[in-house]
Amino acid sequence: MLGYTIRRLLALVPVFFVVSGVVFLVVHLVPGDPVDHLIRTGSSPDQRAEIIARYGLDRSLIEQYISWLGRVISGDLGTAIVMRRPVATLIWDNLGYSLALGGWALAFSALAGVAAGAIAASFRERWIDHGLMGVSLLGSTVPTFWLGLLMIMLFAVQLGWVPVSGARHWTSLILPVLTVGLGGMALVARVTRIAMIETAREDFVMLLHAKGVPRWTIQIRHVLRHALIPVVTILSLRIGLIIGGSVTVEYVFARPGLGSLLIRALSQRDYPLVQGCLLFLAMAVMLGTLLGDLLQAAMDPRQRDEATR
Amino acid sequence: MKGPNPRKFLLVLTPTPLSALSGIALLVLILLAVFAPWVSPYPYDVQNLSIANQAPSALHWFGTDDFGRDVLSRVIFGARTSLSVSLISISLSLFGGVIIGAFCGYLGGWVDRLGMSIVDLTWFFPEILLALLIVAILGPGSESTIIAIAIAYLAQFTRLTRTQIITLKRQTFVEASLSMGAGPLHIMMRRLLPNAIAPVIVVAMLSTGNAILLEATLGFFGMGAQPPIPSWGGMMSTGSSQLFNAPWVIVWPGIFVALSVIFINLFGDGILRALDVKARMRTQ
Repeated sequence: MLGYTIRRLLALVPVFFVVSGVVFLVVHLVPGDPVDHLIRTGSSPDQRAEIIARYGLDRSLIEQYISWLGRVISGDLGTAIVMRRPVATLIWDNLGYSLALGGWALAFSALAGVAAGAIAASFRERWIDHGLMGVSLLGSTVPTFWLGLLMIMLFAVQLGWVPVSGARHWTSLILPVLTVGLGGMALVARVTRIAMIETAREDFVMLLHAKGVPRWTIQIRHVLRHALIPVVTILSLRIGLIIGGSVTVEYVFARPGLGSLLIRALSQRDYPLVQGCLLFLAMAVMLGTLLGDLLQAAMDPRQRDEATR
Repeated sequence: MKGPNPRKFLLVLTPTPLSALSGIALLVLILLAVFAPWVSPYPYDVQNLSIANQAPSALHWFGTDDFGRDVLSRVIFGARTSLSVSLISISLSLFGGVIIGAFCGYLGGWVDRLGMSIVDLTWFFPEILLALLIVAILGPGSESTIIAIAIAYLAQFTRLTRTQIITLKRQTFVEASLSMGAGPLHIMMRRLLPNAIAPVIVVAMLSTGNAILLEATLGFFGMGAQPPIPSWGGMMSTGSSQLFNAPWVIVWPGIFVALSVIFINLFGDGILRALDVKARMRTQ
C-alpha cells in the first residue's frame, strides 16, 4: 500500500509541472502586453520596470516559468492587483468557506445518494424506484444557479427560514449545501443502484439467500457494502470538482470562497489572483483524484495489485 | 464486430414510448427555435416600459421583463442561441476528439502519449472553470462560448474514440484488410472509424445536454451571447436582479433548460439501450 501511494504521488509530479505551466501561460495567452496584466493601470514607468524585473518579463518564457514556479513552491503567489493583498493570503482566507460548502455538500450527496440508490435497487422496477430515480435525475438536469435562485425565493424570501445570502451564520450554509448536493446526488444514486443490482446477481448473494439470511440483512450488510466501492470512486472524483465547481453556487448566494474569488479576479482581470486560484483548484482536483484512487486501493486489493504489477 | 446498419439504427431509435416522446419534444423545440420569427408572438427586442415586469397574462403568457419585453418570445428566440451554441460546440468537440483519438489510438507510441497528455490537461480543471477561463481569455460572446464548451468536452471524446480504435485495430477484419494491401488511410476511414463511431456519437448526444447547462451558466455569468440577443442563461442573468418582483423572468428560461436536458437524456438513454452500446463498451 505504501509503495502504491508513493508510486501514485510520483506520477503526479509531471502532471503538476504541465498544469502549472498552463496556469503560468495564462498571462501570456490573454491578448495584450503581460506587463499591463500584472500592474495597476496608470502606474509610473518606474513601477513598470520594477514589475518587469520582478517577473523577469525581459527574459525567455522558460526562465520566467522557472522563477515563477520557484516562487510558487516557496509559497509566494504574487500580489493581487485590485485587492492589493498577497494572493496566498486571499486564497487562504477563502479556502475555509469553500471547504465547508464542499465538505457538507459531498456528505449530503453521499448520504442522500446512497440512501436513494439503495432504496431504488431494493424496489427495482417498482414505482418507488422510478420515482426516486426521476427526482434525483431532475436534480442534475436543472442549472445549479437556477435551483439556487428558486430555493432563495422559496425558503429565504417566502418562508423566511434561512438567510438569503452571505456566510455569517451556519444557517446560511443550508441552501448552498442543498443546491450543490442535489446536483451530485443523482450520479451517486444511479451508481449505487446499478452496483447493488449487479452485486445482487453474484453467487455469494444467492448462497446467503439459500442459508436463510433475512432479505434486508443481505441488502444492507452484504450487497450495499459490496456496491460501495464504485460509489467511493465517484465521490472521490467529485472532491476536487465540488471545491472548484461550486463557483456558480457561491456566486448566487454571495458566499465567499475560491470560486467567487476566481470569478471576481476574472471580471477584474486580476491575473496574479486568477493564476493563484486556478493553480490551487487544479491541485485540489489532482489531490482529490489521488485520494479517491488510494481509498479505492485500500478497499479493493485487486486494484492495488494490478497497478503495482 | 459489426457496425450498426443505418436502417436498423433508425428502427431502434424509438425503443420505449418515453424516449420516443422525448425525441418528438426535442424536435418540437428545435422547430420552435428554427421558426422563431414566425412562431413567437412578439419580436424579442421591442421594449415597452409601460408594461415592465408584468405577471403572466393572456396577452403575455410568460409575463414581461424589466424592459417590458415579452418573455415567451425571448424564450423562443433564446432557444435559437442556446441550442445552436450547444450543438455547434459539441459537434466541434466531437470532430476534434474523434480525429485526435483516432490518430493517437492508431499510431500509438509517442504520438499517443503526447496527444493524450495534452488532451488530459483539461481534466484537471472542472469544466465550468475551464470554460470561464477560456472565455476570459477570448472575451465574452457566442463564439468564445462555443470554443470554450468544445475544449471542455474534448478529452471525453478523444479518450472514448482512442479506446475504441485500440480494441478494433487488433481485430481479424483489420488484419485481413491489411493483408490485402490496404493503406493506413483506408484502414482508418473505411474499417476503423465506421465501427468505432456509434458509441461516441451517443455520448456526444448525451453531452449536448451538459453543453446546454454549461452555456446557460456562462450566460448567467454574463459571458455568453451578448445583449440584446436573448439566450436562456443571459435572460436568467438579467432576471436575477428582479428575482423578487418578477420571478417569471428567470423561472421560464430555467424550465426550458431543464426540459431540453431531460429530453436529451431520455432520448439518448433510449438509443443507448437500443444499440446496447453500454454492454459493448463494457466488454471492451
